Amino acid sequence: MLLQNARLIDPEAGTETHGWVHLSDGVITAVGSTEEAPQGADKVVDCRGKCLAPGIVDIGVKVCEPGERHKESYASAGRAAAAGGVTTIVTRPDTDPVIDSPETLEFVARRAASDAAINVLHMAALTKGRQGREMAEIGFLLDAGAVAFSDCDAVVTNTKVLTRALTYARSLDALVMLHPQEPVLSAGAVATSGKFASLRGLPAVSSMAERMGLDRDIALVEMTGARVHFDQITTARALPALDRAKRNGLDVTAGVSLHHLTLNELDIADYRTFFKLKPPLRSEDDRQAVIAALRDGLIDIISSMHTPQDEESKRLPFEEAASGAVALETLLPAALRLVHSGDLSLPQLFRALSLNPARRLGLDSGRLAVGAPGDLVLFDPDVPFVLDRAKLLSKSKNTPFDGARMQGRVLSTLVGGTCIFGEL
Amino acid sequence: MAMQASSIKKGETLIDTALTLNAMHPDLLVVRHPQSGAVDLLAQKVNCAVLNAGDGRHEHPTQALLDALTIRRAKGRLHRLNIAICGDIAHSRVARSNILLLGKMENRVRLVGPPTLVPAGFADFGVEVYDNMREGLQDVDVVMMLRLQRERMDGGFIPSEREYYHRYGLDADKLSHAKPDAIVMHPGPMNRGVEIDGDIADDINRSVIQEQVEMGVAVRMAAMDLLVRNHSGAQQDALAGSTAPGTLA
Repeated sequence: MLLQNARLIDPEAGTETHGWVHLSDGVITAVGSTEEAPQGADKVVDCRGKCLAPGIVDIGVKVCEPGERHKESYASAGRAAAAGGVTTIVTRPDTDPVIDSPETLEFVARRAASDAAINVLHMAALTKGRQGREMAEIGFLLDAGAVAFSDCDAVVTNTKVLTRALTYARSLDALVMLHPQEPVLSAGAVATSGKFASLRGLPAVSSMAERMGLDRDIALVEMTGARVHFDQITTARALPALDRAKRNGLDVTAGVSLHHLTLNELDIADYRTFFKLKPPLRSEDDRQAVIAALRDGLIDIISSMHTPQDEESKRLPFEEAASGAVALETLLPAALRLVHSGDLSLPQLFRALSLNPARRLGLDSGRLAVGAPGDLVLFDPDVPFVLDRAKLLSKSKNTPFDGARMQGRVLSTLVGGTCIFGEL
Repeated sequence: MAMQASSIKKGETLIDTALTLNAMHPDLLVVRHPQSGAVDLLAQKVNCAVLNAGDGRHEHPTQALLDALTIRRAKGRLHRLNIAICGDIAHSRVARSNILLLGKMENRVRLVGPPTLVPAGFADFGVEVYDNMREGLQDVDVVMMLRLQRERMDGGFIPSEREYYHRYGLDADKLSHAKPDAIVMHPGPMNRGVEIDGDIADDINRSVIQEQVEMGVAVRMAAMDLLVRNHSGAQQDALAGSTAPGTLA
């Protein structure tokens, strides 16, 4: 298949060029701009000057199988991801029961393979039951296909347990994802302390809790040599510590959720629970600092932190309501706000959405290069629309962007050279 | 109706309770709830007027109104006064409503309390923050004490009640730093010997605590009357609309 007349977004080279991509057997076989496209492709698609980029690799997606399939199944998550230009999801183990044994991992892998058209990779819990007491069977889970290990937002408070888990993971070269947060200081908090939380009378935690969590985790990485990805760095205060750790040569990367890049605490307004996230939304100063860190490459990865919640768990007073938001479908349109505002270029955006997460996981994807899998997203970065949450393909509709004006839409998504969303 | 006696105890959500109450077509709901924002949530789901009687540590509007009325009766005005709000600001909805109301009326509002009970961001509200009670009370016209909300404390905001009383309890010595005619207020219920000395609370020359209770009745009657009248007025308008000439079958 030949995709021609496209605006090629190449995060590896950092360029935007007009050109074509040739696919064969699900793999990119040639990419060009000024040179002549190869003749004799079985199918030629005119991209009409729209953007063609490597498909998004989203680390930290919650699919609610097993346990809460009414919130999100592999089938619905797969459709939502495809509609959002996400070609690979890496699922979280914070399900019920927790994915902490090769048996449960095998179950979800089977569900994913049969129900989702996108690539699905799985994380497993770092400790049994995400309880922070005993490490999970990291070796068996690796053999069963786990690509990373994480207790998600359940921070391992016992540093002895975490040290041993990191040391053990290191010996198997396993990637560990940690949630930097001082768990005791942040217990019970639903907002970031400051003027807004005080005025609304919400239990709040200082942004320093993230720095404290990060400082501890960095020290443990230094001690154990483990490969660690920090799921969400959302505050200005945490950035110098992250910078130091990277410059000291530790094998660490950092992510940030889409919502912390595009929203701040004031968006919570009158206790809107769809804006209740973990960690809580931050100040505008923090948001700006995190965007700058992303631009500079200090923060590597943007992820959706897709967390489906049903209506009942959100229709409660703010403190009682569940945390998290769905974001597979809004990931690209909302992230494009950063491009339209001039904060990021398109190649910079796709470096954080596709290239860096793929690299961190050791995948071939995330690139517009010969030999890379044909995981691509074709999108129009300019078309405006108003988001209607009822039209989301996710089973849960808990998006903070309901009614929001968006600019940019996915036209088609290809996985392994096959179009799974839109038309080609 | 207390929460323990309602179906909330049986797992009914606040919104369902609201819908059930709404189906009884009340003129007015007066709601107090332990969580900030809960009254706002409930008000979105019912057709009648809703009076916030205190939500978590967010707001308590009628308390601020009755405090304002009490101050005006005692001081003859409600502007350009120095007012100290003292004690457990962090857990107090009364403090937040009073900061908003008294600030709007162009008074100088001071917050006085241990830093653990005056959380981040309060200095940005256009108020002055003091952690020394004697300095905080210097030349104020009104001393508003708050109850130490021990039931909302999940561990260690203050070392002990006796140390709290020593440093932040209102006694004759600390009160002597305020203006000689300064009034003493407390929204009740009081912890005598914790945030306020019993003799000060009972001093008819200084304490207006009993008058606050009295004004509370008047202010709340007025608020309910106003809301019910406004609301039934709106309903009559709606009724008039539906029976306008030409719309009848």
